[in-house]
Amino acid sequence: MTPVQAIIAKELRSYFVSPVVYVVGAVFLLIVGLLAYLYLVFAGAQAIQLMQVQGSAQLNLNDLVFRNLFASMRFILLIILPILTMRLFAEERKLRTFEFLLTSPIGINEIVAGKFMSVFLVFLSLLGLTGLMPLMLALFSDFDWYPVLTGYLGLVLLGALFLSVGVLASALTENQIVAAFVSIGLLLVLWLLSGLGALLGDTVIGQAVSYLSFMEHYDHLVRGLVDTKDLVYFFSSLALMLFLSHRVVDSARWK
Amino acid sequence: MIEVQQITKRYGQHTALDRISFSVAKGEVLAFLGPNGAGKTTTMRILTCFMPATEGIARVAGFDCADQPMEVKRRIGYLPETPPVYQELTVTEYLQFVGRLRGLSGKVLIASIRREVERLGLGTVQHRLIGNLSRGYRQRVGLAQALLHDPPILILDEPTVGLDPKQIIEIRELIKNLAGSHSVILSTHILPEATAVCQRVVIISGGRIVAEDTPEQLSARLRQSEKISLTLKSPAVDTGSRLKGMSGVQNVFTSGAPGVFLLECELGRDVREEVARVAVTNGWGLLELKAISMTLEDVFLQLTRHEEGLAPDSVAASVESTGQPV
Repeated sequence: MTPVQAIIAKELRSYFVSPVVYVVGAVFLLIVGLLAYLYLVFAGAQAIQLMQVQGSAQLNLNDLVFRNLFASMRFILLIILPILTMRLFAEERKLRTFEFLLTSPIGINEIVAGKFMSVFLVFLSLLGLTGLMPLMLALFSDFDWYPVLTGYLGLVLLGALFLSVGVLASALTENQIVAAFVSIGLLLVLWLLSGLGALLGDTVIGQAVSYLSFMEHYDHLVRGLVDTKDLVYFFSSLALMLFLSHRVVDSARWK
Repeated sequence: MIEVQQITKRYGQHTALDRISFSVAKGEVLAFLGPNGAGKTTTMRILTCFMPATEGIARVAGFDCADQPMEVKRRIGYLPETPPVYQELTVTEYLQFVGRLRGLSGKVLIASIRREVERLGLGTVQHRLIGNLSRGYRQRVGLAQALLHDPPILILDEPTVGLDPKQIIEIRELIKNLAGSHSVILSTHILPEATAVCQRVVIISGGRIVAEDTPEQLSARLRQSEKISLTLKSPAVDTGSRLKGMSGVQNVFTSGAPGVFLLECELGRDVREEVARVAVTNGWGLLELKAISMTLEDVFLQLTRHEEGLAPDSVAASVESTGQPV
């Protein structure tokens, strides 16, 4: 087992010993399930209305359910993922195990990578459980799988970005609550940048500001559009956040 | 094995370490003594590559702490002030994690864990969560962690804190056994501990080394004269002056208690035999006769008090007062 694997294994163990993952997971799945149900019921109601008016209706689940659901999940992830990441470094500093980690013969990049991977795995397993929902819908209805799959790709990339921001926030402080709020705040700012970009209009600055926000990149994926530009955005921002976390952890030694 | 040259560490305006130099040979046990905030932990953090020094060179096992931290970290077992344990893991899980971080695996890892569990008496608690263990057990888990990969160098920040007296003796035995094959630096507040386990003591105060020697040498060096305490049952009126008249005796003090005398003698002369003979022939009723040696506590107090800005004269006076009330 390499040191990174050892860190992943240890972090996963810590996650599943504490109640945090169970509570966060339950709340996440409950809200996603509830939203999916609501959107479906709305879609059904709309179909019935259309039937009364036109006599027949083609129900588009992709538009009526999945796009709405993926849009809502952005916000749920924004609230929930910082709760998962807040302990990663803050707890180490609080419990004085930080010094132990940094005096172990492993690099800071391995520590950051291990911690990020562990929480990413937790997130993937939670996201995997929501996959039951399209699978069940596929049994009773007909929809286009392609945008659903790209939507999931978008969720994975968006989640990875949110988690990396959370890792950075956690490295900044030894208080877990502060870490959670800092990451929620940073993510909201990133979100609102798209509004600012729209306000600035179709200028170079406006486009640059909108590009910084994850909104349009995620929207493309949800609409079924896989563009290299968006993938570059997600991977480069992820790399940047992890690099900044590395710098922050490293700088903690100098204080 | 460890070489520290002119290390300075500044936190902003505050100087935590001021040009510290010392070295530890292979197999030697060195104690770091000093009051709180003297810079013991800072020195250890620099040696373990947790933080870099502002100036100066620290070399461990031939590797520079600033240039080759990985090589240094591989060769060090470090127990910080607070045992670095994860409460949500069991003792075995924790040691597995630590071993893997240090590149142990398979049979070697299992054997190492078994060895440390046995050596530190963790057998009964190895499957319990560390969060449920007492302070003493956590400290021992912390020690097991430092020893797990059998490093040639051990850096222990107050290793016996939180242990009960029996455990303290066991851990001191353990450290004594490690000497010879391992180089050990330990910091402590407990002075008898330094005397018990260490070949050399570095006294550090206000970020500077104020003394460095063997415990015996340190107390001998700071003793300006031999002192003898004498208790008599029925001293005569002229006892004081008779004692002072003896050859080798420089000064005689009487304390408040009747019949108690403090004799200050020339360095390197033991006049106890002579004093006993005189006391017996004169029928003074000899009750007690003993040499007062300066303990490491006295040395420590004197040196660190000196640091606080007392003049050298008053330091000499304080040595007197620590011997016996005059």
